[in-house]
Amino acid sequence: MAVLGPGPARFWSGFTMVLLLLTGSSRTRDVLTGHNDTWREPSTATQEDHDPDPHNGTNSANHRKAFPVLAFNYGHVRKPFEISLWILLALLMKLGFHIIPRVSNIVPESCVLIFVGLLVGGVIKAMKEKAPVLDSKLFFLYLLPPIILDAGYFLPIRAFTENMGTILVFAVVGTLWNAFFIGGMMFAVCQIEAAQVSHVDLLSCLLFGSIISAVDPVAVLAVFEEIHINELLHILVFGESLLNDAVTVVLYHLFEEFSHAGTVTAGDAFLGVVSFFVVSLGGILAGIIYGVLGAFTSRFTSHSRVIEPLFVFLYSYMAYLSAEVFHLSGIMSLIACGVIMRPYVEANISHKSYTTIKYFLKMWSSVSETLIFIFLGVSTVEGPHNWNWIFVIFTLILCLLSRVLGVVGLTFIINKFRIVKLTKKDQFIVAYGGLRGAIAFSLGFLLTDNEMKHMFLTAIITVIFFTVFVQGMTIRPLVELLAVKRKKESKGSINEEIHTQFLDHLLTGIEDICGHYGHHHWKDKLNRFNKTYVKKWLIAGERYNEPQLISFYNKLEMKQALMLMESGSAAKLPAVSAQKIQPQREAAPQRTIPRIPKTREAEIRKILRANLQKAGQKLRSYSRHDLFMDPFEDDVTEFRFRRQRVEMERRMSHYLTVPAKRQETPSVRKVWFEPEHKVYTYDDSESPGGGAVQLKPRPSDTSLLDESPKSTDRSPTPQSEDQSERQKPSRCLSDPGPNEDEEGSSFFLS
Amino acid sequence: MGAKQTRSEHDHQDLVEKTGFSVEQIQNLLKRFQQLSGNEETISREHLKSIPALANNPIRMQIIEAFFDKRNQHGNELGSYEEIGFEEFLMVMSHFRPPTLTTTTEEKETMRKEKVRFLFNMHDTDGDGKITLAEYRKVVEELLSKSGTIEQEAAKAIADAAMLEVASTNVPNMGPDDFYEGITFEHFEQILKDLEMESRMHIRFLDVNATKVHCGK
Repeated sequence: MAVLGPGPARFWSGFTMVLLLLTGSSRTRDVLTGHNDTWREPSTATQEDHDPDPHNGTNSANHRKAFPVLAFNYGHVRKPFEISLWILLALLMKLGFHIIPRVSNIVPESCVLIFVGLLVGGVIKAMKEKAPVLDSKLFFLYLLPPIILDAGYFLPIRAFTENMGTILVFAVVGTLWNAFFIGGMMFAVCQIEAAQVSHVDLLSCLLFGSIISAVDPVAVLAVFEEIHINELLHILVFGESLLNDAVTVVLYHLFEEFSHAGTVTAGDAFLGVVSFFVVSLGGILAGIIYGVLGAFTSRFTSHSRVIEPLFVFLYSYMAYLSAEVFHLSGIMSLIACGVIMRPYVEANISHKSYTTIKYFLKMWSSVSETLIFIFLGVSTVEGPHNWNWIFVIFTLILCLLSRVLGVVGLTFIINKFRIVKLTKKDQFIVAYGGLRGAIAFSLGFLLTDNEMKHMFLTAIITVIFFTVFVQGMTIRPLVELLAVKRKKESKGSINEEIHTQFLDHLLTGIEDICGHYGHHHWKDKLNRFNKTYVKKWLIAGERYNEPQLISFYNKLEMKQALMLMESGSAAKLPAVSAQKIQPQREAAPQRTIPRIPKTREAEIRKILRANLQKAGQKLRSYSRHDLFMDPFEDDVTEFRFRRQRVEMERRMSHYLTVPAKRQETPSVRKVWFEPEHKVYTYDDSESPGGGAVQLKPRPSDTSLLDESPKSTDRSPTPQSEDQSERQKPSRCLSDPGPNEDEEGSSFFLS
Repeated sequence: MGAKQTRSEHDHQDLVEKTGFSVEQIQNLLKRFQQLSGNEETISREHLKSIPALANNPIRMQIIEAFFDKRNQHGNELGSYEEIGFEEFLMVMSHFRPPTLTTTTEEKETMRKEKVRFLFNMHDTDGDGKITLAEYRKVVEELLSKSGTIEQEAAKAIADAAMLEVASTNVPNMGPDDFYEGITFEHFEQILKDLEMESRMHIRFLDVNATKVHCGK
């Protein structure tokens, strides 16, 4: 591999060592188990005294051993050791995948991981060991929930609800169609003499159909995330893969029950339909209950910020498990919990907890996904197979056929009700994106063990491989070929937010004038209900009154402040400062410099303008923003704030000696905002009082300036800069970096 | 009765060409118009103000004004009407038609421009072709008006920030003494570029009997 440099080569050699260690460990345990058992049971050791084992110190009175300086006790840690080793292997693979640039452009990650799983499985089999298989319990209880929670928590709500009807039709009707079509046709195929599978009855075929018909969220996520198609298509396919879980659960249990009984009556079918509603609505209800509980709990966590993320994770996991107890749809419960919990939790928790939640979810779901694909590969090599050419080939063809027919047919009907119609290109992507994955495999694995099961599993694995490898690899070039619209990188601009909200209200208003209750009307009603009743209970303190625009603005501010802190300096210089939009602003500084004699006004104005721009250029980080300091953050911030202020007063003297230089126009970097404002802080005594945000300038501003009223022309410079300096820390204090003194200095000396 | 029907059908044919609605949609809207106006020929601002559902809308006045704004009639006039007839009502409504499967890319582009122009007119209340800081501030204030007592400063801050964003994206190389007067139509289009107005700014117009309600999309 000529493309590999020394780095990747070292990486790969290290990886092979891990691989060998892994297989070695599974072998050595057999050797050691016997010895370790004797060591742990000293009472029986006397009976086995004759066992010549000088390494393990037995407590027999006959032997007087030297104290073992170094002992080897692998059985003790075997299970966690192997689990960690597997996870480490999976992650090293992921790393390796990204080191080789050529591969990551052509092959999606899931393919590489399955391939690695095949390799590992092959190696283990060659050593005649028993490999760990993708056990259904492991999959459904430990590997699947993080992925679903990650997807549900960060679900784009707007797109999801706008296309809810379409998604539901695809998920429910589409999956039903797939299941029955495949099941029925397979039964017909099984009647063919040449296949030698005529013992497969209709119910088993239907069961098989229901297992293989569901689009898999893990596979869809894995592939679609890399191709970045537009939001509409992404949410259609992904939403379908989430919501079809209810259908899959019902169908699976229905057919499994009755494949033992042998027949299905009309009454059973009716019960099945009822069961579908129970499963889906029950799952959603369970999710909502836990979501509300989680939101309510987060209201009180202001004193123990550290455990906040745990509440989110645990409540969601409980929602999943509780739904599974009653055979309700765990996936829908998890999604509902995440969706309900998120807006309230985010309003309550600290910024650090939010970051923690985000990263932990991404981390866990990433690990899970990797493990799932690798295990899939290993299980393929391992599992007992029953390859039947006709069965497998026909399954594959029928899957593709039914998917295409289903999508085309349903779109034809859906387009009659949609305002923005789905084009042929969209339909193609939706059909092509119907990937099958590990859920199908795990469901198949749960079947009772017999020869049919092996045949089914073989067919399922073949379909999964085909969809993931062939469809997964070709979807990217196809997307480019068909020029499908890609995802727009949203910059979170405040203008877009303003206009999106404006548009919402506008459309609601027009609908009201038109006189019928459309989509916007109900959304508006829900929003108002949310604001008047729900938010009061679930959001801590006074923040429930905060309109969305303001919280969005604050978030954006915070993000920008953090971005600047992370990148460290005034290299990001603005091109535009506030004076550009309001030339009459000179009046404002006068408010804070109350006693400057009038004769100086003109000079001061000019100097201030020049210095403002210069200050903006030099000290970009503290352009004067409004900053709503969150009173519910650590009380420590108040203390830090005061400390910073002392720091700054110290630095003022530095500026008094630095001559003011006119700076060149800096390189342009796109700026979000640069308005000229005073900093506002909550007055703690007033905030519990009213719902209104109390904004007032800090009294210390004027007091400091009063100290040197009769200064020279130079003094307004440090004063204005001091003002701006003081405003800086309150912004970055809401989330201070590791060493704020250092941060402070980097801002000043530029 | 017969003569009146043929005349209204003839008018409707005119309107179909002018506004792009279908005949059924026009008939439904006519019914609504007559309901709002109390069976008169024209409606005034009071008629629209009296719609109960609009009471909770924070930008109610802007919406009502938009109906009476002459610039939305695709003519070149400025100013506003005191009362409008059915044709003007329909013209304003036509800004909210969705694109269909057969709409070509150029037509979509024209549609988008029209919709963005409608929005622009809603913000630019004095008709000078620019959205000044004061007008923008008013927009944000109105948006926040129904959300409890938020002081002026908050709205001003947001509006200023937004304005600066527009300025910096559209005119990146302003000199130290330049003054950004206001958002022109081109700048406005630029900031809304990513929102894809032609697919978002529309409502569902009923094709069939007005009593049937479609839920969702």
